[in-house]
Amino acid sequence: MTIAGGAIRLEHVTKRYGKVVALADLSLSVEHGVFGFLGPNGAGKTTAVKILLGLTRPTTGSGSLAGAAFGSKASLGRIGYLPELFRYQSWLTAREVLALHCELAGIARARWPSEIDRILATVGLADRGTSRVGTFSKGMQQRLGLGVALLDDPAVVLLDEPTSALDPVGRHDVREIIRALREKGTIVFLNSHLLSEVEQVCDAVAIVDRGKVVAQGDLAQLLGASSVRVRATGISREARAAMARFGELDDDADGAVVIKGIERERIPELVSAIVASGARVYAVEPQHESLEERFLSLLGQ
Amino acid sequence: MRSTLVVARQVVHEASRRRLLLALLLLTLVVIALTVWGVSRIDDLRNGGQPLSDAQKKTIVSQLLILVMFMFSWVLSLAAVFVASPSISGELESGIALAILARPISRAEYVVGKWLGLGALIVAYGASAGIVEIVAVQLVSGYQPPHPFEFLGFVIGEGMVILTFALMLSTRVAGMVGGVIAAILFGIAWMGGIVGGVGAAFNNATITHVGTATKLILPTDGLWRGAVWSLEPSIVIAAQQQVGPAVAANPFFAAEPPPAAYVIWAIAWIAVMLALAIWSFRSREV
Repeated sequence: MTIAGGAIRLEHVTKRYGKVVALADLSLSVEHGVFGFLGPNGAGKTTAVKILLGLTRPTTGSGSLAGAAFGSKASLGRIGYLPELFRYQSWLTAREVLALHCELAGIARARWPSEIDRILATVGLADRGTSRVGTFSKGMQQRLGLGVALLDDPAVVLLDEPTSALDPVGRHDVREIIRALREKGTIVFLNSHLLSEVEQVCDAVAIVDRGKVVAQGDLAQLLGASSVRVRATGISREARAAMARFGELDDDADGAVVIKGIERERIPELVSAIVASGARVYAVEPQHESLEERFLSLLGQ
Repeated sequence: MRSTLVVARQVVHEASRRRLLLALLLLTLVVIALTVWGVSRIDDLRNGGQPLSDAQKKTIVSQLLILVMFMFSWVLSLAAVFVASPSISGELESGIALAILARPISRAEYVVGKWLGLGALIVAYGASAGIVEIVAVQLVSGYQPPHPFEFLGFVIGEGMVILTFALMLSTRVAGMVGGVIAAILFGIAWMGGIVGGVGAAFNNATITHVGTATKLILPTDGLWRGAVWSLEPSIVIAAQQQVGPAVAANPFFAAEPPPAAYVIWAIAWIAVMLALAIWSFRSREV
């Protein structure tokens, strides 16, 4: 699904709370797929989402959500949102909470029962529809919140730490729901500090730290700079020098040499250089940096 | 407009689900039962061994009714403070408001919806409890206050004033803080009414102006005086006026209704306070 005017756009957005800078010149553009917005606690992830929704105003900068101005009815009518701090009316039943949001979203009354049934089944609460939210565990409330965000198939879904209260089964379910959304063409903006979650479902990511984007791009591209492990004998000083031209060298415990930060396309060239130096190559094993390693190295910078 | 009504209905729904309406209903029934019992005992009173005259009975019943209604108006106003002061701030603190405000609903619709819902509770409780109390006293004693409908208007107006003020505070400060501020100002306005009366009694212009200023700043006590006047039979007004100008300081007496201009002021005050609440919430970041 492509949205005229862009699904999510933040252009040079800065947000200051007094002297504290929550977001510093943040620019982002999401047009399709599942976008992971990654960062440690307090990096400004939630502030960015609140600005998109018009709940908070940017100090400077502009942008749009679902092709319309932040917080406009046109924008809010096309999105679904699961807040990080999720609480729903404890005095209502799950069905009543969903009905309330059906009404606020302007869904025709005749469609409510079928839509509510579909949502309850999607988030695994089919048998708890008539229970009061006050009796729900935190995980069940988060499932309900996810259901609220998915009502009426919005074009863009913003999920702020959607699995924070969930057990491993719940996390797996949420990943499946996000994958199903991607299949349907829904654009998902996933705020998270859980790298494995992002790694498993996102097409593209931005890593944010202290209000600044420190890296942005397709996940494969971001993790593109990998390392390669070479097992060889007869590595001379010259051979090491040749290898060092491709990346930082590290000696493995079992005698292999790891060349860090090498681009994939240069691996054949590396092998030729090692062979040319007279060494005998037994194995060349490309190793991907995990998102966690990449994340930590970026934050370290 | 639709969203406004959805929010308003949620307020009433919450009050009913949380059994607030039930608690108010039961407590009001207890008060009414006690009043009816008290009024029914007036026939047993003796003055120097003689039964009371009809005028004396009427005076006692009217004064009793004013006292009970004072308590009732006090309960109504404080209940308005208790439910209105956390109504927006509480939903922001808990996070309930986040999901609601991310729907296509304007801040103004949200605030007006809360005001309408809370206002409906005040009108429903004020009107039903007031009418039942007046009718019950009339059935037992035969006494009917001279202006029952004006009374309901003034008491409900008083509730709406403090409700709108507490709601405005709720757009900015935590429920506990807003509740304390509104309750204290409500008390100060009541004291201001007495102070103004003292000023009038002693012909002290400065003190009188202080009283007038508090009546204008928070028109709760000014409306309460209207409610008192609505419940007073003419013999009570005549008797009290014999006491002299000092009677103006009595918070349970009013020689005349508030002027029409004051009623218009109170209505305009509510409108301005509601507009202020909308403006305040619009400019608030959540």
